[in-house]
Amino acid sequence: MSNQLEPIKDPGLPEHVYRKSDTDPKAADRAERQVAAMFGISALGTVLLVVSYVFIPDDIFIFIPIMGNQNAHQLGLGLGMAISLFFIGLGAIHWAKTLMPDHEVVMQRHEFRSPEEDRKDFVDTVKEGAANSGLGRRSLIKRSLGAALGLSAISPILLLRDLGPLPGPEQKMTNWKSGTYLVTDPGDRRIKASDLEVGSVAQVMPEFANPKDRHLDDIAKDALLLIRLRPSEFNLEPDRLAMTHEGIIAFSKICSHMGCAVALYEQTTKHLLCPCHQSTFDVTRAAKVIFGPAARPLPQLDITVDSEGYLVARKPFSEPVGPSFWGREK
Amino acid sequence: MTVEAKLGQVANYVDERTGAAAFLKKSLKKVFPDHWSFLLGEVALYSFVILLLSGTFLTFWFDPSMREVVYEGDYQPLEGVKMSAAYASALHISFEVRGGLLMRQIHHWAALIFMAAIVAHLLRVFFTGAFRKPREGNWIIGIGLLTLGIVEGFLGYSLPDDLLSGTGIRIAEAIIQAIPVVGSYLSYFAFGGVFPGELFIPRIYIVHVLLLPGAFLALITVHLMLVWYQKHTQYPGPGRTEKNVVGYPLMPMYMAKAGGFFFIVFGVTAFLGAVASINPIWLYGPYNPGQISAGSQPDWYMGWLDGLVRMAPPIETYFFGYTISWNILIPGLIIPGILFTGMALYPFIESWITGDKREHHLLDRPRNAPNRTALGAMSLTFMLVTLINGGNDLIATHFDLSINQIMWGTRIGVLVLPPLAFIITKRLCLSLQRADRELVLHGRETGRLLRMPSGEFVEVHEPISPEKAFILTSHEQLPALDLPAVDARGVKRAGALKNKLRARLSKANAEAVPKVSADDLKQIENH
Repeated sequence: MSNQLEPIKDPGLPEHVYRKSDTDPKAADRAERQVAAMFGISALGTVLLVVSYVFIPDDIFIFIPIMGNQNAHQLGLGLGMAISLFFIGLGAIHWAKTLMPDHEVVMQRHEFRSPEEDRKDFVDTVKEGAANSGLGRRSLIKRSLGAALGLSAISPILLLRDLGPLPGPEQKMTNWKSGTYLVTDPGDRRIKASDLEVGSVAQVMPEFANPKDRHLDDIAKDALLLIRLRPSEFNLEPDRLAMTHEGIIAFSKICSHMGCAVALYEQTTKHLLCPCHQSTFDVTRAAKVIFGPAARPLPQLDITVDSEGYLVARKPFSEPVGPSFWGREK
Repeated sequence: MTVEAKLGQVANYVDERTGAAAFLKKSLKKVFPDHWSFLLGEVALYSFVILLLSGTFLTFWFDPSMREVVYEGDYQPLEGVKMSAAYASALHISFEVRGGLLMRQIHHWAALIFMAAIVAHLLRVFFTGAFRKPREGNWIIGIGLLTLGIVEGFLGYSLPDDLLSGTGIRIAEAIIQAIPVVGSYLSYFAFGGVFPGELFIPRIYIVHVLLLPGAFLALITVHLMLVWYQKHTQYPGPGRTEKNVVGYPLMPMYMAKAGGFFFIVFGVTAFLGAVASINPIWLYGPYNPGQISAGSQPDWYMGWLDGLVRMAPPIETYFFGYTISWNILIPGLIIPGILFTGMALYPFIESWITGDKREHHLLDRPRNAPNRTALGAMSLTFMLVTLINGGNDLIATHFDLSINQIMWGTRIGVLVLPPLAFIITKRLCLSLQRADRELVLHGRETGRLLRMPSGEFVEVHEPISPEKAFILTSHEQLPALDLPAVDARGVKRAGALKNKLRARLSKANAEAVPKVSADDLKQIENH
């Protein structure tokens, strides 16, 4: 509506305001000296960098208020570089702003749309080209070409096949077998129930004949948490209670949400917390999820002791450990 | 010979071999409008150059290998510790290569600044409507650069293979695994078997230093060529129209300013690298899937994603033995997919709503496009709430809150606050339009009180300058689209629902405080 009313007139470009350096040669000379001074400071920055590189050893620390102890070598290099670069920039901009002509220039735009005649010619050319190719009439060519192009995409996909093996049973298995000893990490010593005090928590690994064979791939699946409570503190189904030993309960340390290590144990509440996304598991109720995005409890390992009292796994995990995947329950 | 004469010779030399005199002459005289907000994109460009330079330096020593080595370097606390060659070489760069730590810190700071500049540039372009015809294509390239930037940044901080970055890779693996049907296959292909394997770091290394930088170079080149060819947009003002560009010529003013600004950005980044420690990987230790550090945080541009994952409700569904992890899929893939697709398509959605198919080279003042501004505020609020939840553990420890409170606060907040932000921002825009109208009609309040002969006190208003009055009224106010449900012959139109939606959106979009016309001013004068 208001578009039909007469708009307020455009007063046009405001009149140019001259700078002091445009009118006063002294001011211009002063500006030149300022620019040169900035370039000079930049050169000093480079000197600082070279001096720091050559003469300051890299084990000297100096105290600087707010920043604390700083490595002098590192700081000298960095500040030298920063000064040398920054003042080149500052000088160039000061030069442009004080000494280069600052008359605003008006340039005309052209509409991107071409004149109607050209557009028509262009569209006709495209149409004619398309017609000459016969793509519209010869549908056999069109379809077979489409199919061939589509099929050709198979080759790069197929050639990438050897990026890795297909998922196999190892995806769902760990090194915990019936009778696998629980060993300390680090240290690889077998553990007795009495090694673990009530209220304490420990990370353990399955025993390897040669601990050097244990790689990150193994740790990513095998990491196990032992927590010892008073047996009366548990609130477990009988079958789960049977999987514990003298108040020691064992859970996979790999989060059932996204695989982080569930490393935070709160003694007073008996909760395990994953620091990545704060999924919280209740130890007394078989690691039931009580908060956060995890959808499943941490898998529990069935443990017992051998004839000498060392802790061993009675059975492997009854479900895959770690984050969910499509065929997890198959 | 003077500098001028020498440069003249160079110009001659170039033209005799290329015949580019006409083109280059025009280019050197090309006019660029001046405004601080146009520097945001420049910061992103210069940070990219800094990333290329500092990144190349790092490649001379970095060993992208997951081979197990025993550390024997200058950093005593890790002496004798088993770690990957990648981590050991990152420590070597930090402690033994002179200037290595500085370069690492410059590289990381430049990456953070790169992403921040891209986001700030995107907001400037969005809120001023610079994405409108003919610049829709460049907007999509920009969204592509943003997306690649997030991926490139993630890969970059994953390379040192420290405890923090390894945890990030583990989470990425869980997201890949959560993809229905093919997740396990993709994960096995990416990692060359089970997690973590020995292939992932070398693979992402080549993506990080070759594939993605190549894609960046190509996209940035097209992005800049389009800016060059289509000419820069400009803010409305006296003498500025849809048909012209007002500013300074490339040579010498813009060359000096833009060139100087590159050095300033580099200098500031170097200063940050010198004094502000970032990603001190030696404190985290080498990656071990059985360990973790509390307060695990991604870089800021991933924080919103992490926050979304943290606040997701714990839902998984199982059917016929197959698992779908909605708690990962929704926050990790579906919502980001919708957000980024929506962002890329926004120019087309807006022009569908307004029915405006004309070229636009004059920018909007955000208040004069209340719906767009409100939508932007709504999206920002969404991002901010998720980002806050991404740092919920740190906020909890710093402000003595419980994580549960923050989690529930943001779970509710992420649904309630964005619509609220939309409504408030739209009302604010309309109020600002009303204030503009008042200002043009009645002038500026001077604060001077005048006592009338009758004893009445009035405040003296001063008329504003014609320039200011023009700026406040030069925008267009398009009416809503007229889209009746039935056509002239009383027949119902096809696509009635879509039509109705468009009509409603268009009506909401056209809501505005009428701007002052010359007629209004005349009427006031006559009073």
